[in-house]
Amino acid sequence: MHKKYSKNAKQNILPGFNLSLGFTIFYLSLIVLIPLSAAFIKTTELSFNEFWAVVSAPRVVASYQLTFGASLIGALINAVFGLLTAWVLVRYKFPGKKIIDALVDLPFALPTAVAGIALTAVYAGNGWIGQWIEPLGIKIAFTPIGVIVALTFIGLPFVVRTVQPVLENLEAETEEAAASLGANRWQTFTKIIFPAIWPALLTGFALAFARAIGEYGSVIFIAGNVPFVSEITPLIIITKLEQYEYASATAVAVVMLVISFLLLFAINGLQWWVNRRASALS
Amino acid sequence: MSISTTLPASQYSNYQNKVARSRATSEPVWARWTLIAIVLLFLTLFLIVPLAAVFTEALRKGFDTYITALTDPDALSSIKLTLIAAAIAVPLNLVFGVAAAWAIAKFEFRGKSILITLIDLPFAVSPVIAGLIYVLIFGLQGWFGSTLLDHDIKVVFAIPGIVLATIFVTFPFVARELIPLMQAQGKEEEEAGLVLGASGWQILWRITLPNVKWGLLYGVILTNARAMGEFGAVSVVSGHIRGLTNTLPLHVEILYNEYNYAAAFAVASLLAILALVTLLLKSFVEWKVARDAQIDEKS
Amino acid sequence: MSIEIKNIRKNFGSFSALNDVSLDVPSGELVALLGPSGCGKTTLLRIIAGLETPDSGSIHFHGADATVQKVREREVGFVFQHYALFRHMTVFENVAFGLRVRPKETRPTDAEIKRRVHELLELVQLDWLADRYPPQLSGGQRQRIALARALAVEPKVLLLDEPFGALDAKVRKELRRWLRRLHDELHITSIFVTHDQEEALEVSDRVVVINKGQIEQIGSPQEVYDHPVSPFVYQFLGNVNQFQSQIHQGEANIGGIGLKINAHHDTKHSAGLAYVRPHDIEIHKVRNGEAPAFEAVIHYIHAIGPLVRLELQRADQSGLIEAELTQERFRELDLSQGENVFVYPRNVRVFLNQAIPRDIA
Repeated sequence: MHKKYSKNAKQNILPGFNLSLGFTIFYLSLIVLIPLSAAFIKTTELSFNEFWAVVSAPRVVASYQLTFGASLIGALINAVFGLLTAWVLVRYKFPGKKIIDALVDLPFALPTAVAGIALTAVYAGNGWIGQWIEPLGIKIAFTPIGVIVALTFIGLPFVVRTVQPVLENLEAETEEAAASLGANRWQTFTKIIFPAIWPALLTGFALAFARAIGEYGSVIFIAGNVPFVSEITPLIIITKLEQYEYASATAVAVVMLVISFLLLFAINGLQWWVNRRASALS
Repeated sequence: MSISTTLPASQYSNYQNKVARSRATSEPVWARWTLIAIVLLFLTLFLIVPLAAVFTEALRKGFDTYITALTDPDALSSIKLTLIAAAIAVPLNLVFGVAAAWAIAKFEFRGKSILITLIDLPFAVSPVIAGLIYVLIFGLQGWFGSTLLDHDIKVVFAIPGIVLATIFVTFPFVARELIPLMQAQGKEEEEAGLVLGASGWQILWRITLPNVKWGLLYGVILTNARAMGEFGAVSVVSGHIRGLTNTLPLHVEILYNEYNYAAAFAVASLLAILALVTLLLKSFVEWKVARDAQIDEKS
Repeated sequence: MSIEIKNIRKNFGSFSALNDVSLDVPSGELVALLGPSGCGKTTLLRIIAGLETPDSGSIHFHGADATVQKVREREVGFVFQHYALFRHMTVFENVAFGLRVRPKETRPTDAEIKRRVHELLELVQLDWLADRYPPQLSGGQRQRIALARALAVEPKVLLLDEPFGALDAKVRKELRRWLRRLHDELHITSIFVTHDQEEALEVSDRVVVINKGQIEQIGSPQEVYDHPVSPFVYQFLGNVNQFQSQIHQGEANIGGIGLKINAHHDTKHSAGLAYVRPHDIEIHKVRNGEAPAFEAVIHYIHAIGPLVRLELQRADQSGLIEAELTQERFRELDLSQGENVFVYPRNVRVFLNQAIPRDIA
């Protein structure tokens, strides 16, 4: 007596698959997918030439340059100092370490508007830090440098939190082996430690970069928002919205969305690769 | 963009693997302290000074001004609206997170990795765009604009829009927290429950959820922090009507733009306290998880 | 309760985990499913429990078709390989779980649950651990709690997946004797999965040897050990010497030496594999009359324990022979490394035209 079962009746006998997956897809569609598709559908109101005219207008292009340039510099600063921070937190003991470790996540937890006004207060010409730097001829608040400061702040935890666990899980033995073979500390770092952590570093960098591109709240207070100089792309979208130019606001939004999605896929691919590499190595 | 929320994997495993480092694999003392000094300087400039500035500026004009700013009717109504938005967004995303994690962690199906990526989407979208898409759908010129107008329902520039935008930006947090955790725990305990006669809901309530309670709490803390602090997305859909559609962060912006700095920072200090409490709870959860992991490994 | 398994097939993708497996387990028996890892034994156990569904075939509990019955309704007890104890519950709550999740009508009262749980904890001799949490227990204790938990629902069938696999050698020995005694007390039809032949032979009433998704042999421990039906079973159950040989009219020719094999009298000039257990290798310092023997050099002597193990290099350089002697016999022979000896295999068993099984775990 043979009973036939459909191939799709999966081996798993735990209940609730249809309910949980059904609800997941329903909720995902309702909250995320359908609303996001509205942006793409809205742009079809514009002809391609109109679309192109909007997204390649000089003021919009200047905002791309600022947004991507400042995000890139912010992410690079975070790559360097995030790596240092992760290293110090994992390897060294010093007073207040636990508090510092917890504070690294502050940019995740602090509302961006608060970060924005706080950074402005600190880095303005009469601020705690600004008053020391302005006499040197460097203006931070209300210039593109201010944008970089804000984007560095909001991207700060990413590199630290991606590199930290990898550093923690490095086996002391490999470093001891390197030392026993005659390598000095710097050689051990460049030849043993860095090759192990650079994929995580790259992931953290990409995450910080992606986060910075879309950032709005912390930037607008410190940026000064001067067209062609310190105006970021999300602000362009808001400005167009306030002038009821929905289609052109959406056109710029679509450009940003496409870039963000590409980054997301790249990051997911990167993380997949890192995980596979990690499991292959272990 | 999962990293922002998940507990470091190391918190769950390998906690005891931190071998005391021997001489051969540590840096000279001067190098060590130089590196520590650089890091402390960097973090002071970017984290500690701005944080301190919030509280200093808030109290600059004295404690009375501080209290007045917080008890202002507009401030109180913005607090209320912020709490309402979080009270709706957090439970909804919690239920979603549990459902998504159950489907993804306990079952194999085609398109799973695509689903995980889609759940991440809101992290990749600029908050401004998150607000924009709801305006496109529910705004006056939007898909449902005229229908809503006919029935006198306001979504955009009203509380429902704020709630929707908040749900969107906090969408992935709980799911991202639970998925790796539940994947790591496998299915054996659930199967044991099944063999012992438990129903699906009994398994969920009595076995699965208690096992991921810290991760769940962690996800809720992060969702809540973001829900109460969201600025960009809410700003687009709120319409900034004082006393009606202003959340706390929006109220900060209004006061700031009116050059009422002391009041702006006073309200901001509330949000900063919320952030500090969030960090404290987060550290507590991490400590709990690490301790549990240690007990697990000891035996 | 008896279990009949009929023509079960199960594929995972292109991998065939079980290929037409049929098995009857009489009521009250303790059966071992024995095989190397990946042979399909755990899959079979999970199919019996209802944790996996077979692609085809059927399962009957006491004559009634249970193939599509839900896990919850099968009334089986399952002990997981890593115990799957509920981490966040005390030992008491773990054992009580199966009773507490019953629908209101059939759920025992709290007092009754308490009584039954303590009874079971006493049965597994761990009543004093009732308030501990699983992570605080040793491996052996967790094992016994998992068993008590499975027994709490009064299962008709007890299924155990590698029940001793995660334990160290000493605890493992203790626990398997204890399981045997427990089974003699309770007489629940029980099936356990193991890759350890010693465990299977010592504990079970019957052994089912499985390889590559198919049953190789079913029999009492004595039967499968003394009369393996295939080279696989021969190699899997205990150490064995394997020789390439030519079979001709009741004789196996191994490297020019003809051994009587008391079988295959009508076979002519076929290739085959000959098997001899190490304890069936007899060793003499001088040639013992006319009987056929290998000449060999003692390559290595391992004399720790009650048995002495010898590695012998055949004079024709075609491989090593392993032999086991009692200490007494070893002293009697007064052997030393490098010495030339004569090797007399007894109880040679031959399988014709078999490829050499390579994948023995």
